[in-house]
This record gives sequence, C-alpha cells and structure tokens, in this order.
Amino acid sequence: MDWINAVLQGFLLGGQYALLACGLSLIFGVMRIVNLAHGVLAVAAAYLALWLVQQTGMPSFLTIVVVVPVLAAVGYAIQRGLFNPALRHGELSPLLVSFGLAVIGANLLQEIFTADSRKISIGDLSTSAVDLGGLRLGVFSLITLVVAVAVIVGLQLYLSHTRIGRAMRATKDDPEAATLMGIDERHMYALATAIAIGTVALAGVFLGMSTQFSPTYGDLVLIFAFEAVIIGGLGSLWGTLLGGLVLGVAQTVGAQIDPAYGVLAGHLVFLVVLLLRPQGLLPKAVVA
Amino acid sequence: MSAPTTLTPMSSATDLKVVRGGWPSLAGGGVLAAIVVFLAAAPWFVFSPGDVTNLVTLFALIILGTTWNLMAGYGGLVSIGQQAFIGAGGYGVIKLADVVGLPIPVAVLAAGVVCALLALPTSFLLFRLVGGYFAIGTWVVAEVFKLVTQELPGFGGGSGLSLTAFQGVDRVTRIATVYYLALVLAVAVVLATYLLMRSRVGLGLTAIRDDSVAAASLGVAVRRSQRLVYVAASGGAGLAGALIAVNGLRVSPGSMFSVQYTAFMIFIVVIGGLGTIEGPILGAVIFFALQQLLDAYGTWYLIALGAIAIAVVLLAPRGLWGLAARGRYEIFPLGHRVHPPRQ
Amino acid sequence: MNALLEVDAIDVAYADFRALHGISLTVAEGETLAVIGANGAGKSTLLKTVAGLLRPVAGQIRFDGHDVSRTPAHQRVRQGIALTPEGRRIFGSLTVEENLKVGAHGRRQGPWNLATVYDAFPLLAEKRSRRGAHLSGGEQQATAIGRALMSNPRLLLLDEVSLGLAPVVIADIYKALPTITAKGTTVLVVEQDLTQALTVADRVQCLLEGRTVLEGAAADVTRKQVQAAYFGVDATEGQEDE
Repeated sequence: MDWINAVLQGFLLGGQYALLACGLSLIFGVMRIVNLAHGVLAVAAAYLALWLVQQTGMPSFLTIVVVVPVLAAVGYAIQRGLFNPALRHGELSPLLVSFGLAVIGANLLQEIFTADSRKISIGDLSTSAVDLGGLRLGVFSLITLVVAVAVIVGLQLYLSHTRIGRAMRATKDDPEAATLMGIDERHMYALATAIAIGTVALAGVFLGMSTQFSPTYGDLVLIFAFEAVIIGGLGSLWGTLLGGLVLGVAQTVGAQIDPAYGVLAGHLVFLVVLLLRPQGLLPKAVVA
Repeated sequence: MSAPTTLTPMSSATDLKVVRGGWPSLAGGGVLAAIVVFLAAAPWFVFSPGDVTNLVTLFALIILGTTWNLMAGYGGLVSIGQQAFIGAGGYGVIKLADVVGLPIPVAVLAAGVVCALLALPTSFLLFRLVGGYFAIGTWVVAEVFKLVTQELPGFGGGSGLSLTAFQGVDRVTRIATVYYLALVLAVAVVLATYLLMRSRVGLGLTAIRDDSVAAASLGVAVRRSQRLVYVAASGGAGLAGALIAVNGLRVSPGSMFSVQYTAFMIFIVVIGGLGTIEGPILGAVIFFALQQLLDAYGTWYLIALGAIAIAVVLLAPRGLWGLAARGRYEIFPLGHRVHPPRQ
Repeated sequence: MNALLEVDAIDVAYADFRALHGISLTVAEGETLAVIGANGAGKSTLLKTVAGLLRPVAGQIRFDGHDVSRTPAHQRVRQGIALTPEGRRIFGSLTVEENLKVGAHGRRQGPWNLATVYDAFPLLAEKRSRRGAHLSGGEQQATAIGRALMSNPRLLLLDEVSLGLAPVVIADIYKALPTITAKGTTVLVVEQDLTQALTVADRVQCLLEGRTVLEGAAADVTRKQVQAAYFGVDATEGQEDE
C-alpha cells in the first residue's frame, strides 16, 4: 500500500514538474535557447505572489492574474533586450547571458527578501485531501496536476491552430524564410518567451503555495524542469508532461526507500534514460 | 568583354613569410615569466601569510578559468557542472593524504588524475547531449556527485571532512608548501593547455570552432578531441579542488560542489576573453581583485558580476583581452601570420 | 507605364566579396521581367536584396516610388513584395495548408486565398495535409509559390523555379503564371532555364558577374544573343570598364 501511495504521490508531484518544465521546453523548441534563468524566474514569480498577498491582502490564487502577465512582460523584455542580441553571437552567448541573469536574479531576491524560506499560504487547501480507498490525495496537488495538463493542452492547441502559433512553428523551422512571410522574427521569439515565462510564473506561484522556497530554490527548479524535458524527449510538450510524471514518481519511490534518496533517485532515472534512450521517451511526437 | 582572361601571376609561396608569434610574443612571455619569478620569490619578503593563502585561491581560479576555457572556448563544450570535479578533487585529496597517507603534493596530483578518470565514463553519458542541454546535464552529474558524497560512509555526510595530514607541520611550512604547489600547477596547467592547443588536437578543435559544417563532417575525430578536452579539463578542475581543500583545510558538500564555482569560471573566462590562452589569466586576476575589494558587499557584488558578464557577452564578445589585443597580439601564439614579401 | 520597382545602381557585398556592382533595373506595374544569367551572376543576390534579406551597400531600391532600401524584409512583405526563395525553403514541419496560411500572416487583402491558390495549383489541394518535409520537389515549389501568393503581393519575386525539377514539372508550374499575372501581379523572375524565361517574360535582362550585359523585350532578343551574353562572349555590348 505504501508503494502504491508513493507512486500516486509521485504522479501528483510530477504535475508540478511538468508545469515547471513546459516553458523550458517551449523556449528550447522555438529558439534552441537553454534558459538557465528559468528556475530563478519561477521563484521570482512565487516571491511576487507572496509580496502581493502581504501588501494587498489579495487572495493567494488571485495573484496569478497579476503575476503571470508581469512575468510574461519580463520574458518579452528579456528576449528583445538580451537573448535576441545574444543570438547574433552564436549559440553560446544566450546560454551565458541566461546564466548571468540567473545569478543576478537569485542575488536580487536574496537582497530584497532575505535568504529565509517562505511559503504562500493557501489555508485549509494545503491539508485537505480526498480519500481514495485508504489513499490520501492532496486536493492542491490534484489541482496542480490538472492545471499542468490544461496548460500543456492549451499550448499545444495554441501552437497548432492559431495564426501566431503557426508563425512560431514556421520561425522555428526557418527564421529567414519566416521573415519572407511578413513575420518579425524578433517579435515572434519574444512572444514565445513571454508565453513560456508566463507558464513559468504560473508554475512558480503553484510551487510557492506547495513548498517552502528561498532565493536559491531556483537551482533545483531548473534541474528538475530540465530532467523532465530530457526524460520526456526534446521538443515534445506531451513528452515533457510524461517526463515530469516519471521524475515525480522516481523521487517519491526513491524517498520511500530512504528519505535521503528521493532527489538522487530522480537524478539516477534521468541518467538511465540518457544512457538507454537518449532521445527521450516521447521524442518529437508532436509539434513544438 | 569581361571574360577573366588575365590572371595576375600569384606570388610564389616561397616569397611569403609565415610567422607564429615573433618578438612581441616573446616579450609578453618574458613579462609573464618575470611575474612568475616575482611570485615565486615574493613570499620571502613581501606578502603576509594571509596574502599567501589568498594567492593560492588566485592560482586555483587561473586553473579553473583556463580549463573551463579549454572546454568552452576551444572544445565548444559549455559545462556548468565542473564543481563535480572540484568537489571530487577536494574530497579526493583529503582521502589520499589522510587515509592512503600520500605526501600532500603527490596527493594533489593524484586527486587530479582521479578526477580525469572519473570524467571519462561520465563523458560517455553526457556526450549524448549537445549545447545547452549538455550544460545542464553536467550540473545534474555534479548534483549526483554531491548527493552520493553525502551518503557515502566515511565522507562526513552534510558537514564534510577536515584535512589532518598537516597536523604537526608548522604553519609556515604548510603555507609555503601549498603556495608553491599551487603556483607550479597553475603555470603547468596554462603551459599544458597552450601546448595542447598547438598540437594536432588543438588545430582540429580550432577548425571546429571556425567552421561547424566542416566539423560535422569530421564527426568521430571531433568527438574524440572533445572527449580528450573534457577529461583533461576535469582533471584540471580536480587539481584546483584539491588545492582549495589543502588551502582551506576542510571540505563540505555544500561548498565544494557549489554551482557558484561555475559562476566564477564563466565570469573569469567571459570577462577575460573566451577562446584565448591569455583571457582566463587576465579574467582570473580581475575577478580575484574584485573579490578582494568588493567581497564585503555580498550579494551586490555577485549582481554586479552577473551584469558585467552579460554586458561583456553582448558588447565585447571577445572579452577584455580581445578588446585590448584586438585579435592581433598573442603572448601565447596559436595562429600563424602570413607576411607578403617585401617589395 | 508606372514603375513599380526601381533598382537604382545597387552594390551588394557578402563579407568582403562584392556580389553585385551597380545593378539597375525597373519593373513596370503589371509586367513580367526575367533576369537571366549563369550561376554566380548575382541573380539570387538581387532578389534577396529586393526582398530585404540583404542590404545594399550603395544605391537605392524604390517600391511604388518609396525608398525601401532600409526597410526590414518582414515589412516589405506587408507592403506587397513577396519572394519565393531559392531552394524553396518550405516549412518542413508544417503541412501544405499551414505553409499557405503562414504566407497570409501579414493579412494583406487581395485576390489570393486558400481557394484561389488551390485553383491555380490543383496538385496542392490533394496534398493539403501533408507535411512540407515529405513533399516532392515540384510540390514544394508549388507550395512555395502559393505561399508567396497568399500574401497578396503586388510584386512577386520568383527565384530559380525550375532548379532541380523535371521538365514536365517545370512546365506544369509555369502553367500557373498567366493566372497570376492576369490578376494584376507584377512578376520578377530569375531563371536559368532560358526557354521558360523567354516564354513567360515580357522583358529580359541578362546578368554576368554582377553586371547587366543585355536587356530587351523578350520578343526581340534572340536565343543566340542571350546565350552569348550568358557566357560572356561578345554580344550587344562589350564594354570592359571599372
């Protein structure tokens, strides 16, 4: 029973990882940029939500309405102001720039909010659970999983069926040819980053509601998100969902063996996937 | 008529003079050699023991910058996980000195070799990833190293280990031993990197950097060169980690496996000049000076470093050395220059 | 006749290699001009420069009387310049229909839409849900032209339509050209295939090593003259200045 419980809890945890990872997947999918500031941005979103709750007394969930657009705008600005110019200097430059951003972000957060651990209060929701034949499933975790699936389905539909989504995929295939279609490559990249960072912001707020976070927590977020993307298969959003779930299960099952082995078990599953199936579990099955 | 009927006769190859380096490089090398001699003599009459200990950090930073540049600047491999080998080197040297009983200099070298050996199997895993994904993959490996080290019996768990081999050695001897070891290793790593880049491996890697299409068609040979670079650079990171450990006398997983080291390496190389031998040395010196001056400002200092690095990447992608030398001057000449015959 | 495109003495250079020297040409509204010349004559460079992918280092490009030399490519599309690039550059992961819809990204109004493009290229209608990467060369070329038409251009630039295609396929694709010009679209075509070029064009201009060496109405120039100009042997003019 403990083991079944561990697997189920892992699925729920995986929902959070998938939500954290889909932005990383999108930015890489469209621009081939690996954004090392990804984790820091998630944590920054959590801090912004916390600040809003403390300053305005806003209900925790309502902060999403503010945090997501603000972070999306930050994403747009980062792409236009830093990543686009960096792309002109080759593949290495955006990576280095994003690393610089990650260092700046983590230290700024520490300067503003101190290194103390925080959590966004969600009241009774954090403890309420559904009883499923002796297994307790956290309501909040279930919500997170549903939101993750909804975000991924939404992104997929957006990319497949909208004018901008199509233009993004076209730009990914051939940026120069895309400009011949009247597409402004720099704007399109910035929109993709804005959407991606918007999802990261959503994930960050959910993260802040479920765990204690601190300014350096972004490191773990980045690593977990990255593992989810690679386990699932590069360039596939469905793969990222699957990767998140696999990582979550690996961690909870590992922790069931010994509480100290949770994170390590996730890393080891990642390395095993890399060794046996480097293209990931669901490589490039769908667009983006 | 515009048919290309007339060809100006090409100068025959014998008229051209192909030169590598020349006297400006020799002069630069002479200045560097003089600095090394000064550093070797300095502990006797200039520096306080505290300065000497600090300088060991500088030498370790030079090794870290040089080896990170070897990977990123020449091998096209961006790692953000070299702290795996810094940590392994640090823990390794303590085990080799305290448990195996090797003399400190031998233990430091052996720790470097151990790290190179660890890097070989690791490379077969990580080389399945490219570009930025390779980068994060190296970080995952570093986290695994850290977590495993914490769990291994006899490695002190979360609090780490202290070096006991120096017990009974007087302070001056201890500091001097570590200082000269670090100086010799820093010089050796820089020279070895230079010689490696002048070898056929280096020529091949320069070709990759300059032409990725041609490099792709070379496939296997490129992969082998990159692996060599990765293993060598990891051995270098191990040496640096070992020096940091014998200098600080203790190691803990949180500090030795910290991703902060990667931040330092990137700043050093990017600010100094990626893809040059001189850049990381200059970068390490600048970084070290900033650290000494601004350490009191804590997080703001790191924020400033991050901002400077971004600015350099975007505005002066060849780094400060690139700005200063304008690609024409090399203390460690790698390129050849063709001089037309004098008329 | 009203000049739609005026290329005025442009120089274009790649890095340190000068690809075009003082090229001038004018395309009148509604006409079809063929620019011909051997490989390396600078034809593709010319079209890329008109489309805005390259910037001239000297000279000016005017579209409908306005200087567009510094206008980015994506804005030129919105003003009515569409290029079917060399190598077709179909979006491989998009279906034929998605490729066409991306062509309409700028939302210019005009006669072209999915229905009229499928009418002009019936073979595309059958393949509408096939991915670009899985199309034959001819299908890709038709998609590329259709995609350019979807932007409802006033000026359509066609680069090497025939390249790598079987003669039957080339003929099939060129069959659509009268339909296109009939809708009032001005066409500037770059072509190595002389027969096709002379058939479809109202006027011909021949480039050699980045310079214009022959110019005239398609009906007036003989195949022999063109061939002479093509290979750089003495034709109508033979100045060797510069």
